[in-house]
Amino acid sequence: MSTVVSNPQSQPVAPQPTTPWKPTRKTQFTGAFSIAVVAIASFAIVLLTGLAGIDGFGLTFLVVFFGATFVRTKRLNPKARKDAMVGVAICAASVLAFFPWMSIFVSVVVKGAKGLQPNFLIENMQLTTPDDELNMGGAAHAIIGSLMMVLIAAAITLPLGILSGVYLTEIRGRLTFLVRFVVQSMSGVPSIVAGLFIYTTFVNYTNSFSGMAGSLALAVLMLPTVARTAEEVMKLVPDDLRSASYALGARQWRTSLMVILPTVRSGLTTAGILGIARVIGETAPLLLTSLSNNSYVFNPIGGPIGSLPTYVFGLLQIGTENSINRAWTGSLVLMLLVLVLFLIARYFGGKANR
Amino acid sequence: MVQDSQTSVATVSASQTTATAVRGLETKNVHAWFGKHHVLSDVSLQFPERTVTGLIGPSGCGKSTFIRLLNRMHEFIPSAAMAGQVLQDGQDIYAPDVDAAAIRLKIGMVFQKPNPFPAMNIRENVLSGIKLAHLKVADHDAIVESCLTRAGLWKEVKDRLTATGGSLSGGQQQRLCIARSLAVEPNVLLMDEPCSALDPGSTLRIEETIKELAEKIAVVIVTHNMQQAARVSDFCAFFLTDGGPGYLVEADATKKLFTNPRDTRTADYVQGKFG
Repeated sequence: MSTVVSNPQSQPVAPQPTTPWKPTRKTQFTGAFSIAVVAIASFAIVLLTGLAGIDGFGLTFLVVFFGATFVRTKRLNPKARKDAMVGVAICAASVLAFFPWMSIFVSVVVKGAKGLQPNFLIENMQLTTPDDELNMGGAAHAIIGSLMMVLIAAAITLPLGILSGVYLTEIRGRLTFLVRFVVQSMSGVPSIVAGLFIYTTFVNYTNSFSGMAGSLALAVLMLPTVARTAEEVMKLVPDDLRSASYALGARQWRTSLMVILPTVRSGLTTAGILGIARVIGETAPLLLTSLSNNSYVFNPIGGPIGSLPTYVFGLLQIGTENSINRAWTGSLVLMLLVLVLFLIARYFGGKANR
Repeated sequence: MVQDSQTSVATVSASQTTATAVRGLETKNVHAWFGKHHVLSDVSLQFPERTVTGLIGPSGCGKSTFIRLLNRMHEFIPSAAMAGQVLQDGQDIYAPDVDAAAIRLKIGMVFQKPNPFPAMNIRENVLSGIKLAHLKVADHDAIVESCLTRAGLWKEVKDRLTATGGSLSGGQQQRLCIARSLAVEPNVLLMDEPCSALDPGSTLRIEETIKELAEKIAVVIVTHNMQQAARVSDFCAFFLTDGGPGYLVEADATKKLFTNPRDTRTADYVQGKFG
C-alpha cells in the first residue's frame, strides 16, 4: 500500500504548462541566427563579386541559404532534411510571389506621397494646369466622380448579382445552366468592349457622355464578379438550414430572404467589395462613356465627369514632372479609396456575425 | 395506430380522440422511391393525437424516408417519388390543391443534427417560424417564454436570449430547435433521431419534453435506441428490409411490442439479437 500512496512530505513539483509541439526558443533563435548569418554572408559575396542590386542580393541569398540549409541538415535523417529544404524552397517561392505586390505597393506609396497634400483631396483642376506646383489643384472632382460611378454601379449590380446567386443556388430553375453560362462568359468580356457596348447604346441614345454611362459600363464588368461570388458563398450554406426553414412552413422565397441571405451576409459584403475592386481602376470603358472633366460634376447625367483612372491617364499623357507626380498621387488615392470602402463594408457586413 | 385493427390500440385511440374521425396523422399503403430504387413498401399506420409513436428498425429500412413523407419533406430530393395516402385529420396532404408549406406549418419536424439559424439569436430562432410563415402573433415575449419552457430550455437561457444559437451546447441547440418547432403550434411533431448526437443528460431532458408535448399533440420519433423507444413511446412500429424496399413488420402498443411481439424478428431486434 505504501508504495502506491504518494508520500505527503515529498510533494510532487506542480506541473508547468508546456507546449512541446511548438519550436523551442533555442530552435527559433538558431533559425533567426542562421538566416542573419546567411544574409551577412550573401551581402559579403555581393560586395566581393560583380553581382549588384537587390535582385543580385536576392539571388545570392537564395543560393547561400539553400547551401547553408543543405550543410546544416547533414546530420539529420533524410525526411527532416527534405522537410528543411522544401521549407526553404517554399519560403523563396512566397517571397517571389509577394515581391511584385510589394513593389507596386511601395512604389505607389513612395511616389504618390509627395503630392498627397490637403489640397489634393479638396480642390479640383479647374483653375490649375497639370504643370503647376503640387500644392495647387487636386483630384476632389475625380474622387467624387469615381465614388459616384462605382456606387451607382454597385447599386445596380448588387441586387442583380445576389438575385442571380439566389436563382443559381436556391431556385435552381430550368435556366440555371444558361444563367451560369452567361455569367461566366460575361466575366471574360474585355473592359473596352463593355465600354463600347454602352457607348453604342446609352451614350448614343442620350447623345452625351455621362456618369450614368460610366456606371452602366462598370456595372457590366462588375456583375459577373458579384454574381459568381454570391453563388459561391450561398453554396456553402448547409442544406440543414434550408430543411429547417421548410419544415417550419416557410416558402422558398422567404427561406432565401430570411434564412440564407442573412447567413451569408459577410460573404455578400465580400462579393460587393470584390466587384468594386474589380472596376474602380477601370480606365478604358470610362474613356468611352464618362470621358473626363477638370471640374466638379454632381449630376450623373450632366455630361462628362471626372474619375480617378481617367485623371491618372490624362496626367500621364502630359508627361511633365509635376503631372506625373500628380498621377502617382491619384493612383495612391485610388488604392486608399478601395481600402476605405473595404473597411466600411467590413464594419457593416461583419456586424451580423457575432 | 396499427395496420390491422388491433384491439389494444383501437381502444386507446378511441378513448383519446373524438369519436368520429381519426385526429392526427394516418398513412395508407405508402410507398417511396428514389429514382427507380424502391425504398419503402406499403406502410399503413396511424398516429393519433396525444400519443408518441416510435419508429424503430435497423439503418436503411426506410424510417427516415417514411417520416419525411409525413410532412412533405420527401419531395425536396430531386428523384423522389411516392404512392399511397397520408391523411391529416382525414385530409390527404398530397392532394393536388394542398399547399405543402401550409402542411409543414402544421406538421413540424426536428432533425437529427441540431440546426439553429446561425444569423439569428436565441429569441429570433424561437420566433423564426412565425416570421417565416408570416403569422400574426400578439405577444412575442410570451411565445418565446412558453416555447422555451416547454422545450425545457427556458431556465438555462432566459438571461441570454440575445446570444447566438451557436453559443449553446449540442443538447441545448436541439432543445432550441424543438422550441422553434413549437412556436408555430403544430398538430404533429416529427423527430428524426433527435437525440442521436446528444449526451444522456440532454437526451433525458428531451424525452421529458416529448412526454409533455404528447399531452397536446401527436409525436412521431425515429430512434435507434431501444431503451428510448421503450421509455417515451406509447406505440412502436418496427421496420425492416431484406435488401429490397423497407417494410413494416409490425406495429403495436410499445409494451406489447417489447414484451410479447407477434413476429420473431421483432423479438430478436428489440432484444438486441441483430441490427
